[in-house]
Amino acid sequence: MATLKLTINNQPHTLDVNPDMPLLWAIRDVVGLTGTKFGCGIAQCGACTVHLNGTPTRSCSVPVSAVAGQKITTIEGIAKNGDHPVQKAWVAHQVPQCGYCQSGQIMSAVALLKQNPKPTDEDIDAAMQGNICRCGTYTRIRAAIHTASADLSGAPKSLKSTPKLGKR
Amino acid sequence: MSQKPTQPTLDRRHFLKAASLTGAAFALGLSSTEAAVQNLSTVPGAAPAPSFGLTPYIQIEPSGRITLLNPVPEIGQGTYQSLPALMAEELGVSLDQVTIRQTNGAPQYGPQTAGGSYSVRGQYKALRQVGASAREMLRQAASQQWNVSVDECEADRAVVTHKPTGRKLTYGQLAETAAKLPVPKEPTLKDPSTFRMLGKPMPRPDIPLKVTGKAQFGIDASVKGMVYASVERCPVIGGKLISYDASQATRQKGVLNVVRVERVLNKNRYEGVAVIADSYWAALKGRKALRVQWDTKELDQFNSVDYEKKLRDLAQADGITGHNVGDFDKTFAEAPTKLEAFYETPIVSHSTMEPMNALAHWQPQDKVEVWVSAQGPDLVKDELARVLNLPKENITVHVLFNGGGFGRRLTQDYATEAALLSKATGKPVKLVWTREDDTTQGPFRPMTFSALRAGLSADGKAIALQHKVISPSIDATMDAKYDKTKPDGTMLEGTGDQKYEIPNLNTRYVHADIQIPLTYWRSVTSSTLAFSHECFLDEMAHKAGQDPMAYRLSMLTKDSDTKRVLTKLREVSGWDKPLPAGWGRGVAQWEFFAGLAGQVVEVSKQTDGSVKVEKVYCVIDLGTVVNPDAVKAQIEGSVAMALTAATKDGITFAHGQAVQTNFNTNRMLRINEMPAVEVHILADGGPTIKGVGEPGLPPLAPALANAVFAATGKRIRRLPFDLAAV
Repeated sequence: MATLKLTINNQPHTLDVNPDMPLLWAIRDVVGLTGTKFGCGIAQCGACTVHLNGTPTRSCSVPVSAVAGQKITTIEGIAKNGDHPVQKAWVAHQVPQCGYCQSGQIMSAVALLKQNPKPTDEDIDAAMQGNICRCGTYTRIRAAIHTASADLSGAPKSLKSTPKLGKR
Repeated sequence: MSQKPTQPTLDRRHFLKAASLTGAAFALGLSSTEAAVQNLSTVPGAAPAPSFGLTPYIQIEPSGRITLLNPVPEIGQGTYQSLPALMAEELGVSLDQVTIRQTNGAPQYGPQTAGGSYSVRGQYKALRQVGASAREMLRQAASQQWNVSVDECEADRAVVTHKPTGRKLTYGQLAETAAKLPVPKEPTLKDPSTFRMLGKPMPRPDIPLKVTGKAQFGIDASVKGMVYASVERCPVIGGKLISYDASQATRQKGVLNVVRVERVLNKNRYEGVAVIADSYWAALKGRKALRVQWDTKELDQFNSVDYEKKLRDLAQADGITGHNVGDFDKTFAEAPTKLEAFYETPIVSHSTMEPMNALAHWQPQDKVEVWVSAQGPDLVKDELARVLNLPKENITVHVLFNGGGFGRRLTQDYATEAALLSKATGKPVKLVWTREDDTTQGPFRPMTFSALRAGLSADGKAIALQHKVISPSIDATMDAKYDKTKPDGTMLEGTGDQKYEIPNLNTRYVHADIQIPLTYWRSVTSSTLAFSHECFLDEMAHKAGQDPMAYRLSMLTKDSDTKRVLTKLREVSGWDKPLPAGWGRGVAQWEFFAGLAGQVVEVSKQTDGSVKVEKVYCVIDLGTVVNPDAVKAQIEGSVAMALTAATKDGITFAHGQAVQTNFNTNRMLRINEMPAVEVHILADGGPTIKGVGEPGLPPLAPALANAVFAATGKRIRRLPFDLAAV
């Protein structure tokens, strides 16, 4: 066991943990922030994505000892009131279904827009390929990232399409 | 909208009032044999305000706070919006004026399981009646208070207004009086033309929780003193535990205990070795350090190559007739044109993003409390009672948000496993399966192999069709009383139900034993049989020299929902307009227990030889729609899931073990592979309401394979196939 100091969402935490424990379990089970999810344990699905010094990182595959003293941001830390432009766009497009992968999706999207405020569909595909969604929310994720991008640049617009109701 | 620990915060004394209203349940056709008071637990630390029950589903506090009990778990399909909306519409409140809670499996709430695309269509009338009954009771209470005619009292937006004088009383002010009134048996329902929510694209109240990390899934539950468990199970499912050495495991820091545990999966009982620890990571480390000896003899011979050969050999057997019209054999023998084809599909995993898990707390006097992601609290309660041999009143179930269901969470093996571990250790135990456990241990969706034969008349008309299904059986792996002499309706699902006017139709089933456990997967056997059936129809159209859409419509001369769906699909997909060079389009439709949908898929041949899925058009026939945007989401999801099953890895076996173990080998569709999806809903108030969650799935694989044929000339008869190398 080791005593480690972590900064999560700008809050200092002192953890008495096994240094090889993945950051994911330290965040969930020790710190008690459950928004970050366990999906695969081998950095294949992205459900556990957090920001490590602003970079999207699969927390299931990083030992907690490797990130001591560094700045970690989880889904709970991207906006005080759930009103980050990406979160607002996610609500506007009604993206989540089961919702389990969405914390990771949002963390990847937030990082993408920080690095590339005007991503194309191809940029989005490249940045979001590491996040699996079994419910199939991908088309809405893409649309929501465009909306968030427009919102961040001060020109909000909705790309939302609604299904067509037809007569039989 | 709040979603504090997701379970009812209503305390017992207030449910005494609800219990006194069991007349409500009877009036609404929902029988009650168990007092509600015994079944809705309180969340520790919650201090509920007094509230009054207007029917078991609606609780109103004097402050005006309204709680609606949602009977069917939210697994991603939107029941956290659609079912409360049915009540709220009639009650005259909006969903941002209410708190939504999940029911707990008590029988007064009727069926509480998400399955069969049944949630909305099964509850459409009953939950509207619940809302309307409460509304009438509130109006009645106001009329008594003002001593006026009830006809002069209007209930809307949580307020009753006396129209002539403009006096107002809130639902909160009226709740206590209203709760004492008899529940109207046949309350007047709203005229659908006045609906504010139903039939309109409405936001889902669970979504704000799901974009902030606040939504609580089963895996997020915790209680004081909780320990963690990970279970080592035989990689060859069904292998017997000979012995284990836990000496290295217990030396791991944080490991508390190593115990045997049984996984009860329907008729099957599998052995495992559980490592209990003070953290999940320590449990995993302890599990890795276990030395376990398994007896896998004979079971380790099972492999996909031999099993698939066995299925192909069995295709020679006659099998048992499922559905028969006319005389297939004679018509086929005499038909001027004959064709035959053999189709194959894979075993697949459910792979919900949230791996199986449960938190269970065994308490004194054989009481047990579980927190779990499950498709039905009633299912959890039933299975815990069966496996643990407990009376149901000893069992308390909390169902949280499900991180996906897809049929996997109809089976409660993980909940009973956690309960047994809590009993063995005397502590609350949180059991979490790894992704590898989840991928390799089943239960799986079975493969189906199909032998198809058709006879065409001289002018190409389909005069005889036979669909013989050769497969293992879901029910046989679940139920010890399975009868092999009877046709297996589940494994023949839909094959006899299509509306095509083919005068001689025969469906047959050839059963094959299998040693691995199987279960229902979203759209069940239609997920594979639509592929073989609708691709073969394409082959028939091609043989007849006809356009596949026109050929299908030519067999639908009578008015039917199928005809309407295909006609609409032809129009909206621009079927008769030319596509760019190198593109192709395919069509398929499927009608089965869950409902009816048709799809057109457009693909393009890429310069590198791969095929790209460009666009999917879907027409779904519902009759009545509650939330069109949620329907669209379900179709998008069905397309993604069907594309994964059709073009990714599936599960294969070697030496008795699943070869694919995690998302690196059991690959899932990713964002760059997702096509555009255009959804059209037929909902003009038809006589029946059809399902939403599953019908979007079966047509995708055949429409895709038919499009690949149109684009490349290559006929796909085996799934999965690789889009990169068609």
